[in-house]
Amino acid sequence: MQSQERVNKNVTNGIALAVIWLAAIATVGALGTILVYVFVNGIGQLTPTFIFTNPHGVLMEGGIWPTIQATLYVTALAMLITTPIAVLAAVYLAEYAVQGRLVQTIRFAADSLASVPSIVMGLFGLSLFVEGLGMRLSAIAAALSLAFLLLPIIVRTTEESIRAVPKYIRWGSYGLGASKWQTVSRIVLPSALPRITTGVILAAGRAAGETAVVIYTMGTMINAPVSPMDPGRTMPVDLMLKAQEGINVPSAYGTAMLLVLMVLAFNLVARWIGRRNRRMQG
Amino acid sequence: MSERLASLLQDQASVGSGRDKFEVKKLDFFYDKFNALTDITVGIAEHAVTAFIGPSGCGKSTFLRCLNRMNDLIPGTRVEGQILLDGQEIHGPGVDPVDLRRRVGMIFQQPNPFPMSIYDNVAYGPRLHGMRKKSELDGIVEESLKRANLWKEVKDILGRGGLTLSGGQQQRLCIARVLAVEPDVLLMDEPCSAIDPTSVQKVEDLMAELKDRITIVIVTHNMQQAARVSDFTAFFLQEMAGEPAHLIEFERTAALFTSPKDKRTEDYITGRFG
Repeated sequence: MQSQERVNKNVTNGIALAVIWLAAIATVGALGTILVYVFVNGIGQLTPTFIFTNPHGVLMEGGIWPTIQATLYVTALAMLITTPIAVLAAVYLAEYAVQGRLVQTIRFAADSLASVPSIVMGLFGLSLFVEGLGMRLSAIAAALSLAFLLLPIIVRTTEESIRAVPKYIRWGSYGLGASKWQTVSRIVLPSALPRITTGVILAAGRAAGETAVVIYTMGTMINAPVSPMDPGRTMPVDLMLKAQEGINVPSAYGTAMLLVLMVLAFNLVARWIGRRNRRMQG
Repeated sequence: MSERLASLLQDQASVGSGRDKFEVKKLDFFYDKFNALTDITVGIAEHAVTAFIGPSGCGKSTFLRCLNRMNDLIPGTRVEGQILLDGQEIHGPGVDPVDLRRRVGMIFQQPNPFPMSIYDNVAYGPRLHGMRKKSELDGIVEESLKRANLWKEVKDILGRGGLTLSGGQQQRLCIARVLAVEPDVLLMDEPCSAIDPTSVQKVEDLMAELKDRITIVIVTHNMQQAARVSDFTAFFLQEMAGEPAHLIEFERTAALFTSPKDKRTEDYITGRFG
């Protein structure tokens, strides 16, 4: 019987394993290559002067401090606007809405919204907030446009976090005579909080790295925003302009490296929260 | 014959308070179109332990959840017939299911402490119902843990997470949590099937102690357990897949296990199926 097999199964097993390994290495390798490339080109730029001073001169020498401030400002503002709305919407979808066609439709809409190209969202923000509502190029216009981008992401991750809370824990609460809201607010949300936080932080990373939406809604003026009505240039926008115009390429790599470190930090914090939570509940 | 009846009545009177806590009349239960339980008529004696036995899928847990309207939480379920608690219809317009569930507490198969401290787990119910004073809560927490035979093991670690306890301790914590809201009835859905034998012993002892003040209904797969802990036993059976389950026999536990009247009960308790 053995001899009738056209290909020895150990051979096919070996080939499959090799292909899977190659795919895995390619994935890790891609990340590694990018990190090394940015690191090698950017590390020379990363001085306290680069991070903490203002740029000067026609070639944008000096630091990028205003762009860091603008990035953090607009990211924080976007999260502040998006998180409460997204979490409440997710609670509604997961706990209150009658599961059926309508909820399916809302979910599909959220998924579609999440896949709208960000440049389109930027254009939309430009016409609605910047021009339509007269906000001009400002942090608030950028934050609101980012909210459109982040809303579906946070809604979906939050909804999944809420659904992951076991049914029998909810039943324990109902079994003690708790109302629905008491159960949701005192048991379900606290149980889901670490996962929700992870989702929110990952979304913040996305916001910090977003270029297309921000360039149309907050502009390119180098300025540390104080009021939400102030314009500004975020790090990704700064990077894009410097690289595009070739005015100060080394500085662009410096910005790139800092941006990568920032987003990486967001991801690591999110991961750490997820792990700590698993240990505590395990 | 009348002598036997008299002795049976005598016997009956010696268990519990002698009156029925629940009276269930011609109950039918549906999951959407599917008729899961039909024509259940049974009385559940106050201050006694009643066991529901039967093979998997016979609707005994479903019936248990009817008694505190826990099935309301599952979309598409429907009840026909009557369930009276202390003579009052639990589906009546004046009955709030949230309030009903405080009076009719429930313990689940899987111990389900909340992800918070032991103290907060027990204080959860009283806090829900508006109790805020630390001294009162302290008293209730201690009293409830003592009644659940868990106090000695946890009195020095009340601030530790409920999920750090062993499975059997978690189950007793859940019992303490229910006792803290002072229910009249305790529904237990296979409370011992996920915990270790020593803890099973403790939970069984606990039931014997609690029934002075509380009416207990237990669903169990374990016939020895039903025989050990209960005063009354109800045998449920779904004879054909897709057909509703029936209550086949309801008797004093000793009578049901020694001289079952129905052939199907006899087959089940002698291990011929299930």
